[in-house]
Amino acid sequence: MKAATVVKNAGALSLRAKEVRREIIRMLTEAESGHTGGSLSAADIVTVLYFYKMRHRPEDPLWKERDRFILSKGHAAPLLYAVLALSGYFDRTLLRTLRKVDSVLQGHPSSKMLQGIEVSTGSLGQGLSIANGVALGLRMDGLDSRVYCLLGDGELQEGQVWEAAMTAAHYCLDNLCAIVDNNGLQIDGFCCDVMKIEPVTDKWKAFGWNVFDIDGHDMEQIIAALDEAERVKGKPSVIVARTVKGKGVSFFEGKAEYHGMAPTKEEEEKALKELA
Amino acid sequence: MGERKDPHVSEGKPKAVATRDAYGSALLELGGKREDVVVLDADLSGSTKTAKFAKTFPERFFNIGISEQDLVGTAGGLSLAGKVPFASTFAIFETGRAWEQIRQSVCYSHLNVKLVATHSGITVGEDGASHQALMDVALMRVLPGMTVIVPADGTETGQVIHAVAEYDGPVYVRLGRAKVPAIMPEDYRFRMGRGYTFHRGKDANIIAAGIMVSVALEAQQQLKAEGLDVGVVNMSTIKPLDEETLLRTAEASRLIVTAEEHSILGGLGSAVCEVLADAHPAIVKRIGVRDTFGRSGKPDELMKLYGLTAEEIVKTVKTYL
Ligand SMILES: Cc1ncc(C[n+]2csc(CCOP(=O)(O)OP(=O)(O)O)c2C)c(N)n1
Ligand SMILES: [Mg+2]
Repeated sequence: MKAATVVKNAGALSLRAKEVRREIIRMLTEAESGHTGGSLSAADIVTVLYFYKMRHRPEDPLWKERDRFILSKGHAAPLLYAVLALSGYFDRTLLRTLRKVDSVLQGHPSSKMLQGIEVSTGSLGQGLSIANGVALGLRMDGLDSRVYCLLGDGELQEGQVWEAAMTAAHYCLDNLCAIVDNNGLQIDGFCCDVMKIEPVTDKWKAFGWNVFDIDGHDMEQIIAALDEAERVKGKPSVIVARTVKGKGVSFFEGKAEYHGMAPTKEEEEKALKELA
Repeated sequence: MGERKDPHVSEGKPKAVATRDAYGSALLELGGKREDVVVLDADLSGSTKTAKFAKTFPERFFNIGISEQDLVGTAGGLSLAGKVPFASTFAIFETGRAWEQIRQSVCYSHLNVKLVATHSGITVGEDGASHQALMDVALMRVLPGMTVIVPADGTETGQVIHAVAEYDGPVYVRLGRAKVPAIMPEDYRFRMGRGYTFHRGKDANIIAAGIMVSVALEAQQQLKAEGLDVGVVNMSTIKPLDEETLLRTAEASRLIVTAEEHSILGGLGSAVCEVLADAHPAIVKRIGVRDTFGRSGKPDELMKLYGLTAEEIVKTVKTYL
């Protein structure tokens, strides 16, 4: 059985990320609801994970030696569905059924309904604990699979995230890499206005993590951080990725309103032009 | 509590509003009347409608961020400092994530905290199971000293908000995202712990709460057309349950049907069964979500899928009559 296609160079990955963004826009427009901003902001990171970094087999989603991806910020489900479809986990046409009553593509990911999703998420703050457990289990079994967990920056306000941060450092989970989609926005506005989370990198450092502070839309930087994280031994790594909410579509960028609003037909048309 | 004959004759459709919108307006009014009312939210103030209060009374509004446990604890502290806190977020995060904080910090000390949650039930719609609270009434009902209220429409919601502000003690108010028809009569006055009997039926009686009250009234009309005398009670206070009304209703007909937008485990149906099993054994059939998670879809599609419809009530009444 072959592994997933690996895209080696940054330029090709950027093109793939554009395709992912186009699918996100189409899917959300058709669904008429869903989370636009946070799906677009993490598109580059998750594209690099699925098409460059992670060891996985779309034809064999439960392959024991696969790397695991846990989408703690479950509202970015459209992004996860897009990379799964483009990886070949299921047919792309399924993307058109997002959020419909008889679809397996739930508003937030449901692992009972769709293979390729490691665990159901949607309630913020819970993913990192699960990732810790998976990382511990893999280590017990002597497997060298890695665990990736994507969190939102607003999500860092949940206390459980910091409980999990302690656990990961305490158990020296160097097979774990958390990624923070640091887009500066949550639902009610800027994180700094709603509930200050800064200094984010210092917090993770203080909790005993190896920290990368990168531009989350620069493919070279994402690749370098993910590769380097794999070489760091004895502690977990976190990539704090500076991103723009709504990235790739000028009129969604940096706007809190588009957190949970789907594009209209006209917006879809304009967005797809920008992403051509 | 008023008793009326056939109050559901609605000449001209009354306006449908979401109970969360009625909450937003009521809070604003309450804030103008009482200086001690403070409001807390957890990054969902636009959706829970506390944003209106926040805009008008910024010095009395606290956004705690995405941290529901902290939200509940902070509300508890504000009540200790003499304030009347209303803490809001989505029902599943408020009652689920912060349950033990509600139990320990709020209920054990019987603090004067008003937990008003929106986005309860499957009418949350497309967000799916993770966001649909189908067990929140169960979670809140088991807490000693907690009052649990599920308003049926916008008007009742407004009255509930004012009433709970006057009451000293923990209260859970369960509100929805979707619009619900206005069904309570104009002269209706909400009283905590009192059900409202629209009509008492000789053949069967439906005890309902929340959005299911309007659905029950629809079913009543359909059954009436078939010559059946079916009553409807809006049991908006689920705890403490209005046992007197319940017993009188159970004495009037052999069959009781409960209807709620909640799991049939632990909610209104269970509360009714508990009382009747002790005091007046009756045939009780529970309409609700049958021990399963919800899923994504349009609210009305989901109401059909999970059998929360007038047709389902009609079928149940006819089957067990
Ligand atoms: C426990 C919990 N509380 C509240 C919500 C509602 N909610 C969904 S997304 C969101 C904001 C998330 O902000 P952030 O983590 O920064 O995500 P991003 O900006 O990447 O979309 C909130 C409050 C939730 N899903 N889970
Ligand atoms: Mg954010």
